[in-house]
Amino acid sequence: MRDGRGTVKRKAGLRLWLSGGWLAIVALLTLLAGWISPHDPLAQDLFAARLPPFWVDGAEPGFLLGTDSLGRDVLSRIIYGGRIALTVAVIAGLATAVIGSVLGLIAGYYRGWADAVISRLVDIWMAFPPVLFAILLIAVLGTGLWSIVIAIIVIDWTRFCRVVRAEAMNQSQMDYVSSAVVAGHVRAAILWREIGPNVLPTIVALLTLEMGIAVIVEAILSFVNLSISTDAPTWGGMIAEGRISIHQAWWVLVCPLIVLFLTVLAFSQFGEGLKDRFDPVLR
Amino acid sequence: MGSGTPMFRVRGLELSLPDFANKPPLGRAPMVDILKGLDFDIEAGSVLGIVGGSGSGKSTLGRTLIRLLEPTAGSIAFEGRDIGHLDEATLRPLRRRLQMIFQDPMSSLNPRRRVGAIIADPLRIHGLDRINARVDEALDHVGLPGSFRARYPHELSGGQRQRVGIARAIAMRPDFILADEIVSGLDVSSQAQVLNLLENLVRELGLTVAFISHDLSVIRRLCSQVLVLNRGTIVEYAPVERIFDAPEAQYTRELLDAIPLPDPDQPGW
Amino acid sequence: MTPFLQIENLSAVIRGTSDRLLRSVSLEVNSGEVCGLVGESGAGKSMIGKAVLGILPAAVEIAEGQVQLDDEDLLAMPQADRRRLIGAKAALIPQDPLTALNPSRRIGPQITDRLIDILGWTRRDAANRAAELLDEVHIDNPQRVLASYPHELSGGMRQRVLIASAFAANPKLVIADEPTTALDVTVQKQILRLIREMQERHGTAMLFVTHDLGVVSKVCQRLTVLFAGKVIEQADVADFYAGPRHGYSKALLAATPKFTEPFTSLMPVDRAVITAVTAEIEAADGAWHHG
Repeated sequence: MRDGRGTVKRKAGLRLWLSGGWLAIVALLTLLAGWISPHDPLAQDLFAARLPPFWVDGAEPGFLLGTDSLGRDVLSRIIYGGRIALTVAVIAGLATAVIGSVLGLIAGYYRGWADAVISRLVDIWMAFPPVLFAILLIAVLGTGLWSIVIAIIVIDWTRFCRVVRAEAMNQSQMDYVSSAVVAGHVRAAILWREIGPNVLPTIVALLTLEMGIAVIVEAILSFVNLSISTDAPTWGGMIAEGRISIHQAWWVLVCPLIVLFLTVLAFSQFGEGLKDRFDPVLR
Repeated sequence: MGSGTPMFRVRGLELSLPDFANKPPLGRAPMVDILKGLDFDIEAGSVLGIVGGSGSGKSTLGRTLIRLLEPTAGSIAFEGRDIGHLDEATLRPLRRRLQMIFQDPMSSLNPRRRVGAIIADPLRIHGLDRINARVDEALDHVGLPGSFRARYPHELSGGQRQRVGIARAIAMRPDFILADEIVSGLDVSSQAQVLNLLENLVRELGLTVAFISHDLSVIRRLCSQVLVLNRGTIVEYAPVERIFDAPEAQYTRELLDAIPLPDPDQPGW
Repeated sequence: MTPFLQIENLSAVIRGTSDRLLRSVSLEVNSGEVCGLVGESGAGKSMIGKAVLGILPAAVEIAEGQVQLDDEDLLAMPQADRRRLIGAKAALIPQDPLTALNPSRRIGPQITDRLIDILGWTRRDAANRAAELLDEVHIDNPQRVLASYPHELSGGMRQRVLIASAFAANPKLVIADEPTTALDVTVQKQILRLIREMQERHGTAMLFVTHDLGVVSKVCQRLTVLFAGKVIEQADVADFYAGPRHGYSKALLAATPKFTEPFTSLMPVDRAVITAVTAEIEAADGAWHHG
């Protein structure tokens, strides 16, 4: 099916470029926030409150996406909020991926008592309702960036563990694993060289999905005011504030919402695209 | 090889596996007996055919011989030494000498590695020298050009993949090769090529081979002894001419009669 | 009498290209006759059956030709009419008896669904017919099998169920797509006999797709040899096995294992034969592209 493969490849390419491009823009803006952002995200100016975005009449040049009810620049706050969102996404995503995948690989490949212990732990863990669990954890740890990261890791490592375990079990059945045994590989080498690379695309896809989830979780926690200190700009916090003034200044709610939506979507699409790219058959 | 000692001497070989399909909600899964006490020898330099239907235990037997599986009872003496219960570390030096060619070349070749790496990798583990030369030599033996080193398995045809599988096995210069249904996934044209190739390699390299097949018709030209397996027991174990010309067991006769020859007037149909 | 299935000049291409998977194939199957369709993987033998049943993969389209089923031109009629016609007159015996049955439903409803939904039978009639059919394919205790799930049956049993299911609505044409490839030889023999018995009893026209020239000699009256989507040879079975005319057919027959002749080497299909047949096809292709 030559053309079939061609179609898949083209789609994967476009998807990868669009989602990757968006993520690159967001990452760049947030990294260079100090130089790029037009205003101090915390500077209030009540005389410039509720200015509309540039395409609406009455807009003020210099406030591209308008201002909120305290006169703070929406664009600058989105950029600085992105900093927190991406930090949480990257650190929490990577940490969950590493912890969950290592445990999943061990359980799925070595089986035996290691699998019994890890799987029971996962079962018990997943019986807790995640949102309640998160709020409880924050209550114990106190608010702050690191509390959110830790909460996400503690709750979501099971997601990786289960999928990676199943995939590793699946790959262990393949004849090329038997042939590696025949070749005389030690078990750790088989895990690393034969099973690892074949589970990696799954891990990558899950990782980007997890980053998207981390962004959402951060937004939810800031929305209910359990995130960073209240005045620091976060997307969830902006959405919560914008909700109050939706009738007077809809852009305060809508702008961060769109950015949040696009970012989460980009993460999951980026993962799918990467997964196809990793596949030598589709490449 | 000392005279009198066969390469493999198998006695009372039994293997049971847990049957998870019939596991009660509480407690352990019941055990099913896959191999029920097998006795046979494989002489050095011979080709043993292992034949049987699905569920006969022929693949399990093969994998137990080269210790991918551990037997439940009985002994497998390789050159006089019982390897039935050796641990993985003790087995490792023996691995080079006991190789396997798999039924499905697609799933036995790691899809993410190139042909060159697939063949070279086992050589490297066993610390062999002249790895590049050995890979070229092995590809040459199976009639593939050296340029195939850079290809991925999915870029090859079924017959070519199976040649890569054979190249990987013989590159190690093993003493024994287990060939598990190696032509059943191939078209007749490449089937004949792979069989011819294996026959030549056996002669040239002095290999000892166990050739597993569900198809008696491909066994005749390759094998010297045939072991017919049904439900985990040996129903007949005899030289190849005897199996074809004067089969003793009812099951062997059924297997022979069931082969559809390319002849509209075959008796018994 | 016109043949029940008549395929004329059928070419299929990869959608949007001029790469042909079937090259002007013509063949016919009469009622009561089994026609073998032989070739190696990639020869397009399954593609023909799929083209007739209208289940070609999305990436393949028909470029030209006619498929006449019972004097009606399948390719000319609207999709819905075509489905109805095929549903009433044709059936498929698939290759893999495990994936062809839904693992999470019992056997009974999987046989009766089509009778009830498409032919409008009552539930009771359909259930009776299903039991009758299982009896016809020599399954002891049909009631127990009807209440079973696919995984509870052996491979041979599943294939019997699929044969019963194919003949359920009294089709006039059955396409068997490598129906015994997944089975042991001893089971294969039983299933081949059963297929022939059912076909004779119902007087069905049958297109029997296989890669095995041994199997063809057991069930077919005529055969068509394909290579790269092109018809290489069409012959009566007796004539063919007495001596095929085309070089490629000769090579294919020589490569088929025959244990009766001890120690003769199997003749591999050598490169010269493949080169010759490929050149022949390319010449014909040139004519097609310019025609």
